[in-house]
Amino acid sequence: MTSTQPSPQSDAPALRLRHLLGIEGLSRPDIEALLDLSDRYVDINRRADKKMSSLRGRTIINLFFENSTRTRTSFELAGKRLGADVLNMSVGTSSVKKGETLIDTAVTLNAMHPDVLTIRHGDSGAVHLLAQKVNCGVINAGDGTHEHPTQALLDALTIRRRKGDLAGLQVAICGDVAHSRVARSNIHLLSIMGARVRVCAPPTLIPPGLERLGVEIHHDMRTGLADCDIVMMLRLQNERMEGSFVPSVREYYRLFGLDHDKLSVAKPDALVMHPGPMNRGVEIDSDVADDIDRSLIREQVEMGVAVRMACLEVLAEAQLEPWAKNQ
Amino acid sequence: MGEESVSRTLFKNARLLDPESGLDAQGAMLVDGARVLDIGPNVFVDAVQDDVHVVDCKGLCLAPGLVDMRVSTGEPGNEHIETLATAAQAAVAGGVTTFTCLPNTDPIVDDVAVLEFVERLGRDVGLVNIHSYAAATKGLGGKVMTELGLLHESGAAGFTDGGKAIAHPLVMRRLLSYAQLFDTVIIQHPEMPEMVGSGVMNEGETATRLGLPGIPAAAEVMMIERDLRLVELTGGRLHFSCLSTAAAVEAVRRAKASGLRVTADTAPPYFSLTESAVVGYRTFAKLSPPLRTEEDRLAVIEGLADGTIDAIVSAHIPGDRDQKRLPFTQADFGGVGLETLLSVSLELVHNDQVPFLTVLKALTQSPADLLKLPAGRLRKGHLADFILFDPNRAVRIDRDELRGKSRNTPFDERPVQGRVERTYRAGNLVFDIETSPVPERRRFPDA
Repeated sequence: MTSTQPSPQSDAPALRLRHLLGIEGLSRPDIEALLDLSDRYVDINRRADKKMSSLRGRTIINLFFENSTRTRTSFELAGKRLGADVLNMSVGTSSVKKGETLIDTAVTLNAMHPDVLTIRHGDSGAVHLLAQKVNCGVINAGDGTHEHPTQALLDALTIRRRKGDLAGLQVAICGDVAHSRVARSNIHLLSIMGARVRVCAPPTLIPPGLERLGVEIHHDMRTGLADCDIVMMLRLQNERMEGSFVPSVREYYRLFGLDHDKLSVAKPDALVMHPGPMNRGVEIDSDVADDIDRSLIREQVEMGVAVRMACLEVLAEAQLEPWAKNQ
Repeated sequence: MGEESVSRTLFKNARLLDPESGLDAQGAMLVDGARVLDIGPNVFVDAVQDDVHVVDCKGLCLAPGLVDMRVSTGEPGNEHIETLATAAQAAVAGGVTTFTCLPNTDPIVDDVAVLEFVERLGRDVGLVNIHSYAAATKGLGGKVMTELGLLHESGAAGFTDGGKAIAHPLVMRRLLSYAQLFDTVIIQHPEMPEMVGSGVMNEGETATRLGLPGIPAAAEVMMIERDLRLVELTGGRLHFSCLSTAAAVEAVRRAKASGLRVTADTAPPYFSLTESAVVGYRTFAKLSPPLRTEEDRLAVIEGLADGTIDAIVSAHIPGDRDQKRLPFTQADFGGVGLETLLSVSLELVHNDQVPFLTVLKALTQSPADLLKLPAGRLRKGHLADFILFDPNRAVRIDRDELRGKSRNTPFDERPVQGRVERTYRAGNLVFDIETSPVPERRRFPDA
């Protein structure tokens, strides 16, 4: 076998995606096409020889204004496995610290002709703003409390591979929904794909107007998790635990931390997910997190690389299309 | 006789609109030098004397020059954003002949020396009548009262902490009590700061979708209801600026009905836009108070129609692109409004929501009366500050055609009906759309 395999995308229908800024606005066929392509990369990633050539000669820049280990690593690996040249830039080493504006940074990088920019930023809408200033593809790797589309796609891929179909599933998203971009992207994606979504959290962690997104709201884990197929736990940020949104860690764990007892009201084959990094003993008990029959947490990480490969390839290919040039 | 006759001008064939007298009729206005000599349907209908210069208004509306009681410029301190001179250019293009500046400049207008400096700068501009408020508290710090008496004597139009609420109840109580010595007005930006927190737009579904921290509508009415208690307690005079929510309008309506000395204004964004203008992270629609819901917008219109809201202000806040081309949470609040004030307000008339003279009153006589300024009416013997406008002229607002220094309008590309053709101040033509082409400059990049 050669070290450069052809892309499995070649026979897939062309997906017209200039940027991937969020799940909101994508269609069901868009999402299905991305998941189908990702599925094929999962198999390739399990081989000994994982290197492909489809993005050889192309340049991907990972521009991270917020700390990240797993997401950045996942994007980096995805780009390299496709044969692209990948450059990582994090805020600590960039000129943003010297007072250069966000837009100047983007324009500077854009002048170096990357094919895809992967951007994470602490402000909602920042990636959207940058996408208007560059003429390469942009992937939102998380912006403020807005969206984190590749996380939702990898969650969907994980569920689809286990349950076969997303439509009709009962999914409970639990924890700090108010400050979670993962929750927003997942709510959009799951709703588009026909799953039923409920959220379960204390009222202080539910953003106003959330019910208008078509989700059911619960404040009690016993009703929130009843008969659900999937439990998605969210990370509770440290700074939000000490009295500002919830009174204390121990009270939060008592009421909303996921343990086997609370999980017992879900379907017997219900699966547990978490975008990581986990706060063990805060939002999730270690017995659940490490239960190989129940927890999909490690599988989510594996799917992450495949999904990001699919997104990078689709966007890099789109840059060559005439319709993308004029936008 | 000779010299006097040259200075007389007859504006004939106009639709005369004067909210104070309720005049809405075809007629003419005779101006002698700086002042109105006569006005009405029957002025000079028969014979026009030879020694009078005649201007045929060709059926245009002739109304008092607008009085805008809420304007920020960058002068002193941030002249790269807007100077008093560039704000004056924008003002006359929008039909504004009198405006009042907020004290949040650098240095802050919180003592007599700075106030007199700003007043002098305003007089030197000359194009329009420029007044200034003084800060209600030293350094806008919300703690220590400024020298209300001395500042009032030096011409302060009223007292306000600008875009900051006077948050401390005891400070507000004392201001309302003490200001009665001079029968001057305290102007409040009604927003409870603790409820605003880090919010950047209206709280609700849209903010949740965009992942932006919200400002609840309750933040406004909570401050208003607290202040109403203080007005009741002190008997003071209080004006609420930029009402944006249905609850706030209702609170002011009830207070007026119970006889409290309160007044209020709003600005065009609050009766013509909603929070949906923010979608796409449009920082030009990031305003304080934030744009609200459709229900709120309709309630604000209702408040204007029934007189609960006395005045319409531009809430002009210039900002350069570096302060707006940022992620939404980091961008500055505020938009320019002087040049679009009349055009957007006329939507209320075209939509049959508020009578023509009521809209004009809110733009002229009411703010003048609130601040006790001798402006905002067409009356014999008064200064001839007036505008000629075509209420039906269709135009599309284009930020690159704005005459002010900053172009951060939330109304870019909005089609409107109504345009100011000419503006006169003290009988002198200070703006003419025919001879004042839009400035040549580069297109403003997207923000």
